[in-house]
Amino acid sequence: MNVINNKWIGQSTIRPDGADKVTGRASYSADTTMPGMIWGKVLRSPHAHARIVSIDTSRAEALPGVKAVVTHKDIVDFPLDKSVMLGIQDMRWMCRNVMAREKALFHGHPIAAVAAMSERIAAEACRLIEVEYEVLPHVIEIEDAIKPDAPILHDFVSFEGRPSNIAGKLEHKLGEVEAGFAAADVVIERSFTTRPVHQGYIEPHSCLVSVVDGKATIWSSSQGQFMVRAMTSLLTGIPQSDIRAIPAEIGGGFGGKTIIYLEPVATILAKKTGRPVKMVMSREEVMRATGPTSGSMSTVKIGAKKDGTIVAAQGTFYLQAGGLPGSPIRGAAGCAFAPYNIPNVLSTGFDVVSNRSKVAAYRAPGAPIGAYAVECVLDEVAEALKMDPLALRLKNAARQGTKAAHGPVYPVIGFVETIEAAMAHPHSQAPLGKHQGRGVASGFWFNAGGESSAQVNVTEDGNVVVTTGHPDIGGSRASIANITAELLGIDYKRVSVLIGDTATIGYSNLTGGSRVLFASAMVVTQSTEKVIKTLCERAAKIWKIDPEAVVWEDGEAKPAGENAGKFPGLSLAQIAAKASETGGPIGAGVQQNTQGAEGGFATHVCDVEVDVDLGIVRVLRYTSFQDVGRAVHPAYVEGQMQGGAAQGIGWALSEEYLYDKNGKVDNASFLDYRMPVCSDLPMLDAVMIEVPNPKHPQGVRGVGEVPLVPPLAAVANAVANALGKRFYSLPMSPPRVLEVLDGA
Amino acid sequence: MTEIRYIAPTTLDEAVGAYAAAAGAARILAGGTDLLVQMRSGAAQPGTIIDIKKIAETTSIQETPEGGFVIGAAVSGAVLAEHPRLGQAWPGVLEAINLIGSTQVQGRASAGGNLCNGSPAGDSVPAMVAAGAVVNLQGPNGRRTMPVEAFPAGPGRTNLAPGEILVSFTLPPRPKGSGDAYLRMIPRTEMDIAVVGVGVSLTLENGTVTAARVGLGAVAPTVLLVEDAAKALIGSKLEDAALEAAAAACSAACKPINDKRGTIAYRIKVAGVLLKRAVAIAAERAGRN
Ligand SMILES: Cc1cc2nc3c(=O)[nH]c(=O)nc-3n(C[C@H](O)[C@H](O)[C@H](O)COP(=O)(O)OP(=O)(O)OC[C@H]3O[C@@H](n4cnc5c(N)ncnc54)[C@H](O)[C@@H]3O)c2cc1C
Repeated sequence: MNVINNKWIGQSTIRPDGADKVTGRASYSADTTMPGMIWGKVLRSPHAHARIVSIDTSRAEALPGVKAVVTHKDIVDFPLDKSVMLGIQDMRWMCRNVMAREKALFHGHPIAAVAAMSERIAAEACRLIEVEYEVLPHVIEIEDAIKPDAPILHDFVSFEGRPSNIAGKLEHKLGEVEAGFAAADVVIERSFTTRPVHQGYIEPHSCLVSVVDGKATIWSSSQGQFMVRAMTSLLTGIPQSDIRAIPAEIGGGFGGKTIIYLEPVATILAKKTGRPVKMVMSREEVMRATGPTSGSMSTVKIGAKKDGTIVAAQGTFYLQAGGLPGSPIRGAAGCAFAPYNIPNVLSTGFDVVSNRSKVAAYRAPGAPIGAYAVECVLDEVAEALKMDPLALRLKNAARQGTKAAHGPVYPVIGFVETIEAAMAHPHSQAPLGKHQGRGVASGFWFNAGGESSAQVNVTEDGNVVVTTGHPDIGGSRASIANITAELLGIDYKRVSVLIGDTATIGYSNLTGGSRVLFASAMVVTQSTEKVIKTLCERAAKIWKIDPEAVVWEDGEAKPAGENAGKFPGLSLAQIAAKASETGGPIGAGVQQNTQGAEGGFATHVCDVEVDVDLGIVRVLRYTSFQDVGRAVHPAYVEGQMQGGAAQGIGWALSEEYLYDKNGKVDNASFLDYRMPVCSDLPMLDAVMIEVPNPKHPQGVRGVGEVPLVPPLAAVANAVANALGKRFYSLPMSPPRVLEVLDGA
Repeated sequence: MTEIRYIAPTTLDEAVGAYAAAAGAARILAGGTDLLVQMRSGAAQPGTIIDIKKIAETTSIQETPEGGFVIGAAVSGAVLAEHPRLGQAWPGVLEAINLIGSTQVQGRASAGGNLCNGSPAGDSVPAMVAAGAVVNLQGPNGRRTMPVEAFPAGPGRTNLAPGEILVSFTLPPRPKGSGDAYLRMIPRTEMDIAVVGVGVSLTLENGTVTAARVGLGAVAPTVLLVEDAAKALIGSKLEDAALEAAAAACSAACKPINDKRGTIAYRIKVAGVLLKRAVAIAAERAGRN
């Protein structure tokens, strides 16, 4: 399959959702309505940290138009002493995040919810709920949360034998770092901080739930209808077979929709009222109570020989989890040094709780944080050694056979190719002007496979419908159409690709971990191969020859071997027309826990210009080089690379949560939470490098997350190059840039 | 669940009558790009909305016989941009108004709304102050005028009397050799709120500044007229020393706060930087007129 003269694989075919999205015709979950539908609203904590003494809902329930009220009492409890895992989520924390139980853990934490005839009545009823709080001292920042006298969020969390806000630790070790550093000629150690940043999806969370005869139907915006079903089932006690979760078109997720907030609440409200219940978050609710990814505090130490050989590396990464445990320390500690062949590594992550909203996944969760610190220190190592920063990376680049600190020995990987491409690219040689600088950085992400189901059906008129089970957030439908068309030898327009709901397709893991095309292309390929086998058998039946003597070529069954040329070929349409006579409908499905996803690597080059009087950093030019395995639909792959770079630039320069002294987010809007707008960015160039994954039928590697790993450091290194001064904390916002410039 | 009454009178008298009669329960609607946002967030809950976009005086642009302009309070930024002469005479005022929001917002947002909203960060206000604009008001007690810098009373507050409506802005005639400019500092390139805004209007004769006005926004509870900065410029040939003195006057005039949009130290420094840059643009424009 990995031949380059494919007809459809590698083509930027017209995406099936494109016209719908640009014309506004696409149906998102908030577009769904039902007769008799009522509205749900959430009452949120006005305190960053408080014990919930009592909740009195009687006045709210008495308000005309109110149909039901729920509190944590209506949600299935997951006692603190017993972990129940669903994927990487611990249901003890999910249940407390969806509705506060013992304590309100952040400003905006759901306390209760109301269903009423209108949104306004529901909001009014929320105001009538009387909650008695015992307000507790709160803590927001990591450095405060890990102090010995910090307010402790959870009695059940202890670290090194003492009550603590450190809820977890993860360590990757390779060799002996101390011995390694002793042998180094240059050792550089620096500390860094980054701020929490939101995934910034345009579409707020929303859902519509109807419960009829105990059976629930959920329309919602998520990255996994099966995740929605499973979590809702666990939190409501309704068996999975009685829940049908229907994925809507999704207006961005970036990891933030791999967990749920509203669905179980709306389900319970719908069950109580017997009416369909709709809930839609406001932007403010999204900013206060969903996501973001962690803020961090890290220290990285790297030792190298004079010739640039890195001999030891150590990293300590503290990540914010929010009010409940579970920050992506695996991504930070695991990916930080993964691009390099280093004999001695000690990489440690700490999970720190504080009174912020619980973090959710964000593209390559944790990895950008680790890479930021490591890639900035590498830049200083290169400077100390008077080496070109790309040459230093190339010298130490992981290759096939390299043992990584997080475990694996790498198979075929394409990291070296990304660095070589960056070195050879005109961008790396382009001249720079005054107050301009260039920075480079690399990055790694694990990628994933996992459970996937597909059904490929031939229609009676000889076209093809493919159903898969992962919401399409990055082009999976278009890519699957390309692959199916390629395998069948038909025009891609004859293949319709749909995302099934939980009742119409088998279990498929959520859209996350850059797994979807890897996993679904595997099961779709196997299904299509089965279909092709059936098509050949049917042709054999028609011709009355041995099925082994039939091949599928150029979209036709052809007699082969000694029968070659005996009969004219039979097209898909011709065979489909005779399907009933030859044995029945033609289709096949495959369900599998897919294996063999291999890591992805990227190297980014960034040019900036600094307005030294105003402190404004502008990105002038940006080029990403990424091993994409196989670009099944290149325009989509480029889009992934550009999107990651754009988000990383925002993280580096302008995005951050600001808290007031009461622990309330002060900038819960897109006006003051500054994501880059279009005019802030230059055209982001994407150079795709194809080193096919040998374990995948099309050579696919995940491409969706690596793009967000290098940008933080690429931008920071460019700013350092422009100013001759280094920044150790993000974002490099104008006031901070001036502070550093004027501070010397 | 309160109901909202919407009226769109066609004369000022009707509008003023309805506004005064509502005794504080009504809000004037120009483009609505502030008002509707405030209503959605619950910050404004008017019982009556009085739309002034059907009134000739608030929606037209007049040129005075002396060469000045009278701009209706509710004229949108997009309409102002299409005027054949306004942008030549007052490029700084126009660019300030046109900086508001995005293309979509420009179709609605007005200079009157920007001023009446009372934000110290309103973009058109420092440019209007620099231009020496006068506002024309009409209320239950008739008409009056005041210099634009006297209009704001504090964040979100104005010196409009109860029942009074802002009708229009009068921009004075432009002597030869005049130019104006507005610059703002925002962290993004658009869709942001000024951290500092500086409007400058200059008249030069043979390279010497004969008249100057400086308006400064987002650094104090109200937009400021910085007379010391103007004094430093008048009589100079815009030498470095004069520019430094004017910049220092702007920094000194700042009474900013630390908030999510900028720190005190940052705002004070940037006020001076922007003054110098705005002067350079205004002088360049003056040289062409
Ligand atoms: C997306 C977006 C971006 C924005 N960007 C900017 C920006 O870059 N810079 C900036 O300065 N502002 C910005 N704004 C704010 C707003 O657009 C401006 O303040 C605009 O000028 C308001 O004008 P309007 O005609 O829409 O006012 P309206 O919303 O109609 O009115 C504003 C206020 O003034 C009162 N009012 C209006 N006209 C009169 C009158 N004639 N007499 C008495 N009272 C009156 C109203 O009752 C209301 O309280 C932005 C707003 C949005 C939504």
